[in-house]
Amino acid sequence: MTRKPYVRPMQGWWRRDPFFVRYMVREVTALGVLAYAIVLAVGLVRLAQGEAAWNGWLQTLRSPASLVLHAVLLVSMFVHAKSWFEIMPKTMPMILPSGQHIAPATITRSGWAATVAASIVLFALAWWWRR
Amino acid sequence: MSDSSRTIELEVLRYRPEQEDAPVWQRYTVPYTDDMSVLQALQYIKDELDGTLSFRWSCRMAICGSCGMMVDGKPHLSCQTFLRDLLPGPVRVEALAHFPIERDLVVSVDGFVKKLESIKPYLIPKEPRTLAQGEYRQTPEQLAQIEQFSSCINCMLCYSACPQFGLNPDFTGPGVIALLHRYNADSRDGGRAQRMEVLNAEEGVWSCTAVGYCSEVCPKHVDPANAVNQNKVNSAKDYFLRFLSPKGAT
Repeated sequence: MTRKPYVRPMQGWWRRDPFFVRYMVREVTALGVLAYAIVLAVGLVRLAQGEAAWNGWLQTLRSPASLVLHAVLLVSMFVHAKSWFEIMPKTMPMILPSGQHIAPATITRSGWAATVAASIVLFALAWWWRR
Repeated sequence: MSDSSRTIELEVLRYRPEQEDAPVWQRYTVPYTDDMSVLQALQYIKDELDGTLSFRWSCRMAICGSCGMMVDGKPHLSCQTFLRDLLPGPVRVEALAHFPIERDLVVSVDGFVKKLESIKPYLIPKEPRTLAQGEYRQTPEQLAQIEQFSSCINCMLCYSACPQFGLNPDFTGPGVIALLHRYNADSRDGGRAQRMEVLNAEEGVWSCTAVGYCSEVCPKHVDPANAVNQNKVNSAKDYFLRFLSPKGAT
């Protein structure tokens, strides 16, 4: 008898399991990270163009639309970081040369620790600069 | 305690290639007991209700890896999935996702077996030893590096959890790459250079986007996502180190 294997369609695959939905959220929030990188890059270009351009960029940042955008980007940045720290244990050897296993939570927590440390340094620098 | 008159409904995705062009759901009612697995329910159907139902099984104790299927949309070994955890039903049973259905709950494994062969899943000794020289020895620490990855039973649940494999059936995939890592990370093995070709290919580690569901569904806690993703580093090293070492990095 000839074979007639049936291949099921993949349309809408990411809605089939909550795990896939969370994965897609991680992927989509990467666009938020990209958007904020573009906002900062534009600032850098405006700075190079002189004082008037720089002040114009600062003015734009203070607009209500910009504040809303920044709130959205902050949330997506947070969600993105959280989801990446969760998958981070999968990206590195979890067994030390001594044969000891590292708990995934240790890796995830060290990601958060680095984030908190970097944020504190950043806020301290910003505060010191404005003093 | 179980009541002998209790029943549970099962909806099984049927595909009989000589009879239908696309799979159809068929409903069965089977007697329910607290200690009954999905596999036992299917066996009841085959023995008592409908002898035409096809499915694979062998050991009934999560060792052989034959009875993988989608139960209520998630990849499971049907022998260690219990009806009591799926109440009140109906329990929906379907062939492993992302694989072509051969018949009913039986999928085509041709591609998987070819991939399995391609990674040379056996020790290629660094220094061949004669029988007189004795066995290839390993310390407990060296064993710990590979032990987890050697627990794979080729049940293919991880492939059913991998959308990248569903979208591109050529992707070497989680299970096979985990087994590749098991040999590459073995202190006694010298076959790494031969296997890197599979890893470095676009269908190798680079088709993985770190969804991570493969490790969630693995019934043997192999953590294939970890094997695949740490080998992205190995593949990148393999690529860049050749610029530093013209004779080829190992």
